[in-house]
Amino acid sequence: MGYGFLFDVTKCIGCRACVAACRQYNKGYLVPTKGGMNELPLDSGMDRRLEKLKKDWDGKDPLTGNNWIRIHAYLIERGNKSMWRFVRRSCFHCERPTCEAVCFAHAFYKTPEGAVLYNRSKCVGCRYCMMGCPFSVPKYQWDELFPEVQKCRMCYERTKIGAPPACVSACPTRAVIFGDRQMLLNEARSRIKQNPGQYVDYIYGEKEVGGTSLLMISDVPFEQLGMKTVQDGRITGRAVPEYTDQALMWTLGVAAVYGAAMATLYVANKSKEEKEH
Amino acid sequence: MAHVEHAEIEIYKEERPVKKESDFTDYDAVFGGKWSFAMSGYRVLAFALIGLMAFSMIYRLTQGLGPATNLNDQWPWGLWIAFDDLCGIALAAGGFFTVFVAHILNLKQYKYIARASLITAWFGYIVVALGVLMDLGRWYNFWRPFVSWGYHSWLFVVLLCVIGYQAVMTLQFGHIFFERVNAPRLKEIFDKILPVIFVAGLVIGFLHQSALGALYIAMIDRQNPLWWSMLIGLFFFLSAAFVGPAMCVVEGVLASKAYKKDFRHEVPLLAPLLKAAMWLMVIYLVLKVIDLVYRGHFLDMFDGSTPSNLFLLEMVIGVIIPIILLAKKHIRESVPGMVTAAVLIVIGVMLNRMNVVFTSMYQAMGGWYFPHWMEFSISIGLVSLLIMAYCFFVENFKIMPEEHEHH
Repeated sequence: MGYGFLFDVTKCIGCRACVAACRQYNKGYLVPTKGGMNELPLDSGMDRRLEKLKKDWDGKDPLTGNNWIRIHAYLIERGNKSMWRFVRRSCFHCERPTCEAVCFAHAFYKTPEGAVLYNRSKCVGCRYCMMGCPFSVPKYQWDELFPEVQKCRMCYERTKIGAPPACVSACPTRAVIFGDRQMLLNEARSRIKQNPGQYVDYIYGEKEVGGTSLLMISDVPFEQLGMKTVQDGRITGRAVPEYTDQALMWTLGVAAVYGAAMATLYVANKSKEEKEH
Repeated sequence: MAHVEHAEIEIYKEERPVKKESDFTDYDAVFGGKWSFAMSGYRVLAFALIGLMAFSMIYRLTQGLGPATNLNDQWPWGLWIAFDDLCGIALAAGGFFTVFVAHILNLKQYKYIARASLITAWFGYIVVALGVLMDLGRWYNFWRPFVSWGYHSWLFVVLLCVIGYQAVMTLQFGHIFFERVNAPRLKEIFDKILPVIFVAGLVIGFLHQSALGALYIAMIDRQNPLWWSMLIGLFFFLSAAFVGPAMCVVEGVLASKAYKKDFRHEVPLLAPLLKAAMWLMVIYLVLKVIDLVYRGHFLDMFDGSTPSNLFLLEMVIGVIIPIILLAKKHIRESVPGMVTAAVLIVIGVMLNRMNVVFTSMYQAMGGWYFPHWMEFSISIGLVSLLIMAYCFFVENFKIMPEEHEHH
């Protein structure tokens, strides 16, 4: 079934060690450009161009071409208590990825190990993956003349031999763990069951867009953490490729009928004309 | 009078005894055998805009998308997709609508309108392809899809249709070409495959329009439900079909203004087309309402938010008012009524495409986008290029219907 992550919101302390580890580990991944820089460079203004960038210290900055993982902080009010909760933002590595389905050059593909990878040599640069992704994950290198799409690669060199990705190794509280997706689902269920009242009875990523390889459990409803759930109906429980495939089948059928109708009309009108003569 | 004309033609033939084909001599008689392109103030402006476009294109190709556009991670698709691609292809739909009327329904009187639409559609597609090439980040890879076969993507369908339709239109051009160039065997072959070309063109036109809409099926839960629908492809096709006749009217009016011809001659020809457009709009409206009710989003359009207001504007201006106007025979058959309805339909469809790209998406995308001046200059430059190419063709080839009345 492939590997996945399980992120436990109750355990994350927001230290962002995973973010640093990601930048550190993937520094050799990018082809050195612009002054021979050999690490994920810092963002330029062109990556985001947010009109009024919120200057909060918790800055819910979006992902960019050079930042494949972020930790977003949310201040949750519960009764008369306020508390911080931290959520991981990165690629969800969907079981049936939308980016793969919408790419007309097969630049995206899901590996048997679970990672959704990008092949830069096939990419045409249409940016349909960025439009289609339900989580707005793929980001672009706007500074480059021939930009690439960038996103989390689940540290593929490591995961393909069964080793955990950099972010998982770096986590001091084991808020994110790595393993077989089915095993992680069981683990999530047992954590929810064994700690009654501590968790919301919901595994994020079990059903969202047909299942994802990044799973999350939390003690606050996911809606309060800026996420759309199948439960509240703001995200579909079916894989997006199912919709596009279905529409493709219908449309090709309709096109065949339409073509046959046109041909028949043409022949009928032609022969009518010949009779009149 | 007829006798005098006949005598003149005789003299003409005597002067140039080599050319025997009547079509051929007719061409020389009308155009004097030279290419002509008179400049005017507007045309100087158009060429200035084309020059600016060339500058912007070079800048974009040497400096990259980042500096040349305001596209960003939140708004990866912008003005070029909305205007050059979606609007451009919809407005080029006159091409397949008139082929349907003239050749499938075999109504002879429309063949010259079909020819004029073919020219605009052909140039339109070239211009769109040029615009799309600017939009591709790694444009040198444009051939990749043919090797990698991303057949499950709607964009793949779009790509096949762009190329297929261009090929089909070029073959239709071949038919016109061999009317003039004397090659009877080739003309025979073209005449034989012509029916296949017409049907193929209609099917590809249908697929292309639907596919442009269906690109947005993948944006489920991101696009505003007023626009997102499993039927969005069908809506795109229907709106392209009813904007076809409207574009014929708009092009006809502009052409007769520019070439000082009386537009009233074309009214009896265009009014039935607009009637067909009216029925297509009724079908569109009914389907849209059924679709919204079925998905439970019908009341969304009255909630007063920006998307809902723009949706209402699009439907009222582009669909409901034109239906009311066109339903009355005396309005439909009067020049001002006809032109008003046609212009409203064109504005409505353009508004619909803009809404699909911008209004319906901004809540999900976040961030900020307003086109860079270079994006504008390339879009405007492409339109100028299209108009200039059209003018050049009309002035040098047999396109306008009046020129053929003397036959």
